[in-house]
Amino acid sequence: MAQVVVVTSGKGGVGKTTSTAALGAALAREGERVAVIDFDVGLRNLDLVMGAERRVVFDLIHVVQGSARLSQALIRDKRIDTLFLLAASQTRDKESLSDDGVERVIRDLRPSFDWIICDSPAGIERGASLAMRHADLAIVVANPEVSSVRDSDRIIGLLDSTTDKAKRGEAIEKHLLLTRYDPIRAGRGEMLGVDDVLEILCIPLLGIIPESKDVLHASNVGSPVTLNNPASTAARAYEDAARRLKGQQVPLVVPSDKTTLFGRLLGRRAA
Amino acid sequence: MKFANFFSRQRSASTAHHRLQVLLMHERSAGGNPDLIPMMREDILAAIGKHITVDPEKVRLKIDRGETVSRLEIDIEIPTPIRQTLERREVHLR
Repeated sequence: MAQVVVVTSGKGGVGKTTSTAALGAALAREGERVAVIDFDVGLRNLDLVMGAERRVVFDLIHVVQGSARLSQALIRDKRIDTLFLLAASQTRDKESLSDDGVERVIRDLRPSFDWIICDSPAGIERGASLAMRHADLAIVVANPEVSSVRDSDRIIGLLDSTTDKAKRGEAIEKHLLLTRYDPIRAGRGEMLGVDDVLEILCIPLLGIIPESKDVLHASNVGSPVTLNNPASTAARAYEDAARRLKGQQVPLVVPSDKTTLFGRLLGRRAA
Repeated sequence: MKFANFFSRQRSASTAHHRLQVLLMHERSAGGNPDLIPMMREDILAAIGKHITVDPEKVRLKIDRGETVSRLEIDIEIPTPIRQTLERREVHLR
């Protein structure tokens, strides 16, 4: 029976889609059966980041409206056979997503997967609220930047009040994924540090993904960074986050400027 | 390996550019109609349904949107009894 995870943030451009793809691929690489669903109706991009943009026949709206079956709409990843994508519709509006339809899709997917990862659109409107509604667990993606942290706080409030789990009086598990973290700038006090963000948001930390050129490279070529360059620092940070999701104890090391080559060079120059 | 990696990294912007060109070309054209393939599937199923009973669950469609052509693959699983009848007929004919 699958765990339903929502990847959400409120703010756009913080790395929800990149993180959905990277975490989904990291889990699937370890043999977990994973379905990633794009809820960004009208502005889909998960297909592009995963390199499946040429292969979308049916999408979430087709399944919700009954014009395609779930088995026909799920696109199997060409690299890992336990990873599946359910794309969003590019041409319709988000009003075509019915509450009942989404509920049915999630219910039908649950028995066949270990993880269902819902990639939320930015904002707090219909698409975002439908993406989070059925979640057992939320990953709040934030950048160490004031507007992102503020929007994350707003999203945490919505997770605690509007999800099915919250409405049943249960606590929804929330984890923070801090992305685009620049250890050098944080070290210099030019960027919010990990402790600053954690103190404000008060939710457990799932991982810290350092700012990395490998992430852009991965999306350029349409391959999650955890598959495209598993040895990179960003991929390893995502792998660790995926293991923590599975409940494994993985020590969390805050990247410091001493751990990057650039930082070490700078350190030497400063010394 | 490192060397090859270095060059593939250099070229990833052109890969991105090319992927976007192909994708947007399809999205801007009429082929972007989300109902086109469901409609075609219904028509195909109806045509085949005149001759044999097909389980809609056993019809798989795959598309590969290419630069100059797109490839649509339709994979229809035909139930075995019919195949047996056909085989029997073949034997009979022999």
